[in-house]
Amino acid sequence: MSLVFAIFLPIIAALLIPLLFKRVSSIHTGWFVLIIPLLLVIFYGTYISTVMDGSTYVDELPWIPSLGISFISYIDGLSLLFSLLITGIGTLVVLYSIFYLDKNKEKLGNFYVYLLMFMSAMLGVVQSDHLISLYFFWELTSISSFLLIGYWYTKDRSRFGALKSMMITVFGGLMMLGGFLILGIIGDTFSIRELIGEATAIAGHDLFVWALVLVLIGAFTKSAQFPFYIWLPDAMEAPTPVSAYLHSATMVKAGLYLVARFTPIFALSEVWVWLVTGIGILTLFWGSFFAVKQTDLKAILAFSTVSQLGLIMSLLGIGSIAYHVTGDLVTTFTFATFAAIFHLMNHATFKGSLFMIAGIIDHETGTRDIRKLGGLMSLMPVSFTIALIGSLSMAGVPPFNGFLSKEMFLDAVLNLQHFDLYAMDSWWILFPIVAWIASVFTFVYSLYFVFYTFRGKYKPEQLPKAAHEAPIGMLVSPGILATLVVIIFFIPNFFGNAFIKPAVAAIQPLAYKVPSDVGFSIKAWHGFDSPALYMTLGVFLVGYLLYMTIPKWRAMYNALPSKVSLNGMYDGIMRLGDSGAHRFSSIYMTGSIRNYFVYMFAAIIVLLGGTMWIKDAFAIRLDALAPIRFFEILISILLIIGTITILFTKSRLTAVIALGAVGYTVALFYIIFKAPDLALTQLVIETVSVALFLGAFYHLPKLNKHEKGKEDRGFRLGNFLIALGVGVMVTLIAISSHSQKLIPSISQYYKDTVYSEAGGGNIVNVILVDYRGFDTLFEISVLTIASLGIIGMITLRLAKKRGARKIENK
Amino acid sequence: MKTNDLIIQTTTKLVFFIIFLFSIHIFFAGHYTPGGGFVGGLLMSSAIVLLLLAFDLKTVKEMLPVNYTVVTAIGLLISIATAAGSIFFNVPFFTHVYDYFNIPLLGKTSIHTAMFFDTGVYLVVVGVTMTIIQMIGGDE
Repeated sequence: MSLVFAIFLPIIAALLIPLLFKRVSSIHTGWFVLIIPLLLVIFYGTYISTVMDGSTYVDELPWIPSLGISFISYIDGLSLLFSLLITGIGTLVVLYSIFYLDKNKEKLGNFYVYLLMFMSAMLGVVQSDHLISLYFFWELTSISSFLLIGYWYTKDRSRFGALKSMMITVFGGLMMLGGFLILGIIGDTFSIRELIGEATAIAGHDLFVWALVLVLIGAFTKSAQFPFYIWLPDAMEAPTPVSAYLHSATMVKAGLYLVARFTPIFALSEVWVWLVTGIGILTLFWGSFFAVKQTDLKAILAFSTVSQLGLIMSLLGIGSIAYHVTGDLVTTFTFATFAAIFHLMNHATFKGSLFMIAGIIDHETGTRDIRKLGGLMSLMPVSFTIALIGSLSMAGVPPFNGFLSKEMFLDAVLNLQHFDLYAMDSWWILFPIVAWIASVFTFVYSLYFVFYTFRGKYKPEQLPKAAHEAPIGMLVSPGILATLVVIIFFIPNFFGNAFIKPAVAAIQPLAYKVPSDVGFSIKAWHGFDSPALYMTLGVFLVGYLLYMTIPKWRAMYNALPSKVSLNGMYDGIMRLGDSGAHRFSSIYMTGSIRNYFVYMFAAIIVLLGGTMWIKDAFAIRLDALAPIRFFEILISILLIIGTITILFTKSRLTAVIALGAVGYTVALFYIIFKAPDLALTQLVIETVSVALFLGAFYHLPKLNKHEKGKEDRGFRLGNFLIALGVGVMVTLIAISSHSQKLIPSISQYYKDTVYSEAGGGNIVNVILVDYRGFDTLFEISVLTIASLGIIGMITLRLAKKRGARKIENK
Repeated sequence: MKTNDLIIQTTTKLVFFIIFLFSIHIFFAGHYTPGGGFVGGLLMSSAIVLLLLAFDLKTVKEMLPVNYTVVTAIGLLISIATAAGSIFFNVPFFTHVYDYFNIPLLGKTSIHTAMFFDTGVYLVVVGVTMTIIQMIGGDE
């Protein structure tokens, strides 16, 4: 099986799902789906041993060869770890969903198609080596996540959450695309591996920081970092398997993957180090602080996910400091990368199991509201055990894997003291302090989550269903994950060697050539001299005190966050965009044709005048002008009199007659300028159009009212100025263009050949029917269309009523 | 309000043919002197308009039982056919040819394919103008 095919396998399989769902109704569709991730996890499993030794694999499928775009699947330590997470947890989630979703009540066809689509997209994101195909899969994750969040589309909250996550992640995705394009242009390649190869050259480019910031916005929105995390709590309206899969283990880690993958390119910049570390720490604190406020089980977990993602993000940031230091310090800081990847794996295990437990509680009691729950320990002992393992691991308590990664995190943050960038002096101390406080809150919400649900008094009267233990099938997946939580604690170095070291070698290619160079080993016990140990003890102590007193200090949330609400800001922006756009368009789109004419004429003045001004094209030359004859003056005066009459007359009839006079005067002009064909046509056409005008005006309603002269058309300064402006502008342009004729006229050719070539004497007519007969052909087509249009309007009985009303409005 | 329009009706019967002939003249003369299909067509329609003014819509329709939409269509077809005919002789679209022929009564005359094209223009102009005027005039 080729690697690219493996990426597309789920989405190809998804095509069969609706068929199976429709035809095979006796078996839950999930059982068929289960084969796909299981097959893939075995497939990727075969790569573990060789990738451990430093091998990488590439497989390419050309997509748009002329633009150099192809699907390139690149397997190294980092993408293999993510692929295994995606397919492994995917398998467990599908298994869980088989028992969670009822095959008779739910639209399983939709669910599994979206889920498989998402799986393909996610595999594509982590394996793509080409920036454009990476972006392609990235947006596919956004879309499939949107579909999954809105799975219960009849609920308002689901649709709101889906839209919100879509808006934010697609915003980030587009920013990221911008960053990718800049990166591709300055590096002259879209292959990530090749970009890493020329990282130093790229870092010197002016646009480098822009690419960095844009790519980071993409990563931050996807990974729910501050301030973009707000979509994640609302995404909890999705079915729980989706929350467990997308919003804890995989999609939200796409941003982390991106940061890790681009570290070798961007880490050369100090902006990167501080943005990633700073935003990560802030998110860690913010998420953990607000998790205690939540009363919905999944909301607690959502904020906890935000917080843990911030932790991993900050570790990746600290890890990228390794690019700025030399000697032993390189190892000191790459240790943070090691911790990041380790925690990433741990988080996927315990958070996945916790989400599944939250789903079980929801499924078996009918509510996720922690205020209604309590005393479920004896009713649901297995769920309680799993939840306890997950929560304690999240809190960082031994003997669970969260303890190991939390210790490593505190170590890494303390290591910041060895690093002096931007003259930090003692400011570095802020990082461990904030990290420690965040850890305390993590401890508090972990206990809060598990004990407020399972301990205390059982309140059956508040529960929609009588609580009881979940079916065994539903408990298998969280059980496996919880077992992994414990196993990883006891044999961390097995996982370290197999998964973490190859990934670290991929993120830090300068420091480590092959995975075996990564010299870290994970120890549960660091000895008494480790400051992290005392920090952890402090976390336990203060956390426990805070947990015991939750009811006393939780009231402060009610006062505080309503003021500092990013959701409020998001809603405000959306409302502002909506109503602002509406208000803006209703300002200029008045529906009055008068105003639109003002815009058009003003645009003519500004654009033409501006162009002429910028190009310095105004010119007046008098030497090429012909002498003025008496008749010309006379006819001009007639013309001007006619025109002014049209403007100032109060009677329509006068205006029509004056218009006719102008038309006949123009015909006179044609005569004295020796254009007999034009004069003939002008005379006849003018007659016809004046007759038509009169015919139309005769039918106007309330003709008398206007004739009495009560209503004047009135004088408007704005209209006057615009009319004047257009007139002056056109005159100036006409004079200027006449004054600077750059090329001779083509008419000499017509004069020379009209008889010999075209066999005619009347140049005008020969031009019309012979030289440029094409124009005439379409002009008579225009006439035909006009006549057909009039037939249509009159026989359809629309023209009279509407036309009359509009003219009256004037 | 039907008045006795004897004078105008009698005059029209006479003048109509003069205008008609003038229109034909201007049409044929168009290749050498001012005129052509467009003006010719307009003059022809003005002759018919004169009929309309002197008599009424119904009478004129009886006198000239012509569907002007069809006239327009035929004119357009003639024009396009003239232009398209050239492609059968392996020359570009819209290539005109002319030659001199000895025609009985007229003697040596030049026949130019542009004239056929102009005929199309003539018919279209007549058809369009009359369609518009009849349509608006017939509308109550």
